Amino acid sequence: MDWALFAELALNGAMAGLMYSLVALGIVLIYKSSSVPNLAQGAMTMLGAYFVLEVARYGHVPMWVAIPIAMLLMFGVGLGIERVALRRLAGRPIIMILMMTLGLDIFLRAIALTVFGSSGRPMPIGIPDDPLFLGPILLNRSYAVGAAVALALFGLFVLFFRSRRGVVLRAISDDYTASWSVGISVERGVALSWAMSAVVATTAGVLWGSVQGVDQSLSMLLLKGVTVAVLGGLDSIGGAMLAGLLLGIFESVASGYLDKLVGGGSRDLVVAATLILTIMIRPHGLFGRHDIERI
Amino acid sequence: MLFRQAGIHHTDYASDRALFPVPADRIMIIGLLVLAVTAPLTTSSLTLSSYLLPWLVWTAATLGLNLILGWAGQFHFGYAAIMGIGAYASVHGARNGIPWEIAVVLGGLTATVIGSTFAFAALRVKGLYLALSTLALQFVMDWVISHVPAISGGTQATLQAPPMKLLGQAVTSEVGFYYVALGWCLIVTLFMLNLRRTALGRALVAVREKDFAAAVIGVHSFRYKLVAFATSSFIGGVSGAILIFTFYRAVTPEQFAVNVSIELLAMVIVGGLGSIIGSYFGAAFILLMPGLMNSLIGWLAALAGARLGVEALAHIPHAVYGALIIIFLLVEPMGLGKMYANLRNYLLVWPFGYARK
Repeated sequence: MDWALFAELALNGAMAGLMYSLVALGIVLIYKSSSVPNLAQGAMTMLGAYFVLEVARYGHVPMWVAIPIAMLLMFGVGLGIERVALRRLAGRPIIMILMMTLGLDIFLRAIALTVFGSSGRPMPIGIPDDPLFLGPILLNRSYAVGAAVALALFGLFVLFFRSRRGVVLRAISDDYTASWSVGISVERGVALSWAMSAVVATTAGVLWGSVQGVDQSLSMLLLKGVTVAVLGGLDSIGGAMLAGLLLGIFESVASGYLDKLVGGGSRDLVVAATLILTIMIRPHGLFGRHDIERI
Repeated sequence: MLFRQAGIHHTDYASDRALFPVPADRIMIIGLLVLAVTAPLTTSSLTLSSYLLPWLVWTAATLGLNLILGWAGQFHFGYAAIMGIGAYASVHGARNGIPWEIAVVLGGLTATVIGSTFAFAALRVKGLYLALSTLALQFVMDWVISHVPAISGGTQATLQAPPMKLLGQAVTSEVGFYYVALGWCLIVTLFMLNLRRTALGRALVAVREKDFAAAVIGVHSFRYKLVAFATSSFIGGVSGAILIFTFYRAVTPEQFAVNVSIELLAMVIVGGLGSIIGSYFGAAFILLMPGLMNSLIGWLAALAGARLGVEALAHIPHAVYGALIIIFLLVEPMGLGKMYANLRNYLLVWPFGYARK
């Protein structure tokens, strides 16, 4: 066994995993407040990345200005999605809600590709391509930045959920009706969580865009985001971070060794298998709430 | 008016429980059947082979998915994979010299066996988690199909479907393919129509409404979930096989990828959960709409003098298709089938609207 290779796979995997957590974080934020599994998170990630590029191109502003502007725009998009599509579906069967988010996914992705074009574009945020050397191990610089941003966001959300508004959101996620009866505006809370999730999606879009370019493949992060979210427990932010770390390491190491056996392309298989195993063995995930019904 | 009920008296249970107790329905069905059978004479060969035929096969598949989603209330986000298994199994069977009919049934049975494993996911979880696990199973199936050369014939390979022989008669013409598709669609429709009159159908509905309540009244919920998954997998497998033999004529992994699963779900949702006529509407809507929309937008752009890029034109149908799903869920969550039912209920008592049926 080659320990340097193993460590390199594991470390790069861990950092990529933390970047998956960024996608998962958006799903968790929405699920926590409204129990809506947002399958449009991948499309929102892609849309966020395109917004950044377009703001930079037409606003003639540098990247570090374009990113906050795009985040503001996505904040509005998140509010809009909640207001137009999801609010009227509250209390409907889960199949309707799932189909709605799937429809949103198809719609947002197609609209983005129609308006902005589908050819791949680079996301120049000034991370050099040369790897970091850590002894014999090569680390991907973009992954390192992504992991750092993910951890910073996690810290921010921990702080946020201790603030007054955060407590309101926690109350909503805890009990819809009870928070209603004490005068909390549930609609506003849910809308805020959609907006925050859209902002997180923009962050994920920028970071993943700098790794793999901005095109349709950004929306394929959905499967990984969902897997991380389920593995961590759909309503646990800390769980999403830890699960991202675990999935990243597992995916990178397992596919690093499996690819040689099956001739490549085993990443998605590893992720899908993780999702199935999680649901079969521990459906509420590592830290999720235990309220799943068994038959 | 149209569906006149006045003067219809059911004097025994058999007539009361008839498939179509209202004469207007019977006349309509006969009319539609005549139209369907004579379609090769009345429509152009292009319409027949590129619109009617795929519509019928996709309707059969939609009905199969509706069985699991609308009747048994279990999520299935991997239905395209099931169709793919049926298609691959039957094509391999037919290529190895098994008679066509048996190969197709074999495809259906293979799909049943593998599709029943989905039921074990349903044994463990339901709702969102069942949806996600079946979605993951779809990815696994996709991967297996495209990465095992013995199944797909290598990555990016197409497997030619051998010529089709029904009961010893070679079927080569477009008309022959159409009748095979029509026959299969009618069989599935008849099965589904009768389902709601049988103990099986009522048990499925009981499981859908509340599975432990069903268990309390003596409906073994896991057994019926298993039956539902197996039956709908069989329908899906055979539909996939017939789709390959009559429409695509060659099978590739992308024909049964995850977006096809979502398209099938959209057909069920747009058509209406648990609605048979809705499945026909939904399949037609989702199949035909992108093409129509494309020509409409092209025409509008030409009219306005605007120039749309090839890229935009390629993605607009998807945007419209996503928007349609959203609009349907917001406006009429029970789909086109419910709209038809509303119209029919209105006409049943017209002009005496106060006498609601």
